[in-house]
Amino acid sequence: MSGILVVLEQFEGRVRRVGLEACATAVRLRHGSVSALAFGAGADAVAEAVGALGVEQLLVLPDAPFDRYSSDAFAHAVAEVVRQVEPSLVLFGATAFGKDLAPRVSGLLKAGLASDVTGIESDGDDVAIVRPVYAGKAFQRVRIVGTPKLVSLRPNVQPVGVGEGPAALVSRPAVEVGAPRAVVTGTERNDETVELTEASRIVSGGRGMKASENFRLLDRLAAVLGAAVGSSRPVADEGWVPHSYHVGQTGKVVSPDLYVAVGISGAIQHVAGISNSKCIVAINNDPDAPIFKVANYGIVGDLFQVVPALTAALKAHLDAS
Amino acid sequence: MHRAGCDGTVGVVAPRTKEAREGLAAMKIAVLVKQVPDTATHIQLAADGSAINTAGIKWVLNPYDEFAIEEALKLRDQHTGEVVLVSFGPARVEEAIRQGLAMGADRAIWVSDDGVADVDYLGRAQILVAALSQEADWDLVLVGKQAVDDDAAQTGPLVAALLDWPQAMVVLGLTVDAVGRRITATRELEGATQTVELPMPAVLGAQRGLNVPRYPTLPNIMKAKRKEVRQTSAAALGLDAAELAADCRVVVEGYQLPPPRPEPKVLTGDPAEAAATLVKLLHSEAQII
Ligand SMILES: Cc1cc2nc3c(=O)[nH]c(=O)nc-3n(C[C@H](O)[C@H](O)[C@H](O)COP(=O)(O)OP(=O)(O)OC[C@H]3O[C@@H](n4cnc5c(N)ncnc54)[C@H](O)[C@@H]3O)c2cc1C
Ligand SMILES: Nc1ncnc2c1ncn2[C@@H]1O[C@H](COP(=O)(O)O)[C@@H](O)[C@H]1O
Repeated sequence: MSGILVVLEQFEGRVRRVGLEACATAVRLRHGSVSALAFGAGADAVAEAVGALGVEQLLVLPDAPFDRYSSDAFAHAVAEVVRQVEPSLVLFGATAFGKDLAPRVSGLLKAGLASDVTGIESDGDDVAIVRPVYAGKAFQRVRIVGTPKLVSLRPNVQPVGVGEGPAALVSRPAVEVGAPRAVVTGTERNDETVELTEASRIVSGGRGMKASENFRLLDRLAAVLGAAVGSSRPVADEGWVPHSYHVGQTGKVVSPDLYVAVGISGAIQHVAGISNSKCIVAINNDPDAPIFKVANYGIVGDLFQVVPALTAALKAHLDAS
Repeated sequence: MHRAGCDGTVGVVAPRTKEAREGLAAMKIAVLVKQVPDTATHIQLAADGSAINTAGIKWVLNPYDEFAIEEALKLRDQHTGEVVLVSFGPARVEEAIRQGLAMGADRAIWVSDDGVADVDYLGRAQILVAALSQEADWDLVLVGKQAVDDDAAQTGPLVAALLDWPQAMVVLGLTVDAVGRRITATRELEGATQTVELPMPAVLGAQRGLNVPRYPTLPNIMKAKRKEVRQTSAAALGLDAAELAADCRVVVEGYQLPPPRPEPKVLTGDPAEAAATLVKLLHSEAQII
């Protein structure tokens, strides 16, 4: 057994970025040849993108039943491809798709899975794995015994880089699965333009925003920054913003380059979800708010003055550069 | 089969066939529950970094399991039937089990066996499946989307794979046709919502937003003390502790804390000036814009 298999996720006809992150990681680990598996119509269209990163072989399952997600059918297919390819390591993205699929594959193959991994390094034939626990309040060092080892990678953590490899060779493995039982019958896109867990910049509002309509202030700031909008939990509970905005230990755990916390006190459950951010900016009128202890930069002041001022200053800066 | 209705009365549920004729079908639902440190816990490590320091930790029912219990109670109250909590863990977890019973679950199965405390996710799932397999006729197994201690999000799909049942995780909305034995679940994806259809029996993973968990009332807390909690062990479930330990495939070597964040730069004074200074810092120092 050698080599790495990357299981890609297609969303709206494109491979999710975390799949490319996984391909780049697989190549970096140097555990033999890298192959990737893609499902659904247009799956072979990713041969160039993954080939550029160094993936040699692309296995595609383009036809029914693999044209729509089914956890049971997909898990059987992955398990079957693993038996054929015999990789020592299988990488998934820790998205809703990967979190649904990878443990099911683990159960079918009786293979160990480390989920939502942020650090993975080669150590001889083995891999040393680091994964956040308690929503990032601590990190766990993990080894997987036996092969194949299954790993799901947290999105937005591993670098992709630019590659120049030739397109991957495409082949269609013969895979038999029974009739799918859980089947996707529809997918509806949310309104927000950037998904929080994939966003490189986030502007988040808390109870200090006072009311739903004041989130327009944050929308404007976010538009200038090209950022996604998030929130603390009480704000989502109040219905000021959709539930999908809620960041923290019981919400989304995010890892942007820039996180701007506006009118958020910095409760431990909120901070747990943002501690992976490269740079945290806090805006709060209480100089003793705990958020200032975790922020890189802060402005003490009334957000209703500071946010418009910051929006204007950023716009001026970005227009000038 | 006995059931406790939403009013707390105990009645006898007629066989499934008769109820099916009446458009009802009693549901037998298992909810897998885990006890975890309260989310307000400051995580500290044991001196040698081999584990989390659990001294002084307040233990609670995993928040996502509360959504799972609530959904099970709603389904039971709608369709009749019973809700059984299943938990694997040490002596302290009885408190979490009682909490779930106080919400309204009917009874519990508790695998308390320190001899297999160190199993990995797969071992844990095997234990839970063995506990479930002591009984027949389950219609649904509900779990939390993830446990907020090791944030694995593995147990639901693992249990589903071992039972060979279909699954839907991160469920935000649920419609159950208990007579036709079909489920429609909406799942949260990144930036989208997905609809999944699946037959019963199935494993479902509860996400925040699915419902609003009820608080235990005082009378229900009292009642929960008398509800049946059947204690069992790996050996009683026909599992071999040594084999489970030998099968452990995910080994935790140790823990570390995140690196400390640098000293913050906090600006005060005129908002416009502070904003302009911040933009400069983000550009030249943090190099983020
Ligand atoms: C089990 C559990 C899980 C939880 N999970 C999460 C989670 O995942 N995410 C989460 O966020 N919370 C979570 N919480 C809630 C958490 O404990 C806090 O209650 C919450 O984060 C506080 O939200 P907030 O900062 O918006 O509100 P507050 O704590 O009320 O803070 C509002 C802040 O706004 C500031 N402010 C007010 N007016 C202005 C103004 N005009 N200008 C500038 N600043 C102003 C105030 O100084 C204050 O610091 C959880 C709680 C529990 C019990
Ligand atoms: N020891 C356990 N006993 C019972 N249920 C568990 C246990 N561990 C995990 N679960 C269930 O599985 C869900 C996901 O847990 P995890 O896979 O650890 O993230 C939890 O929300 C529980 O519903």
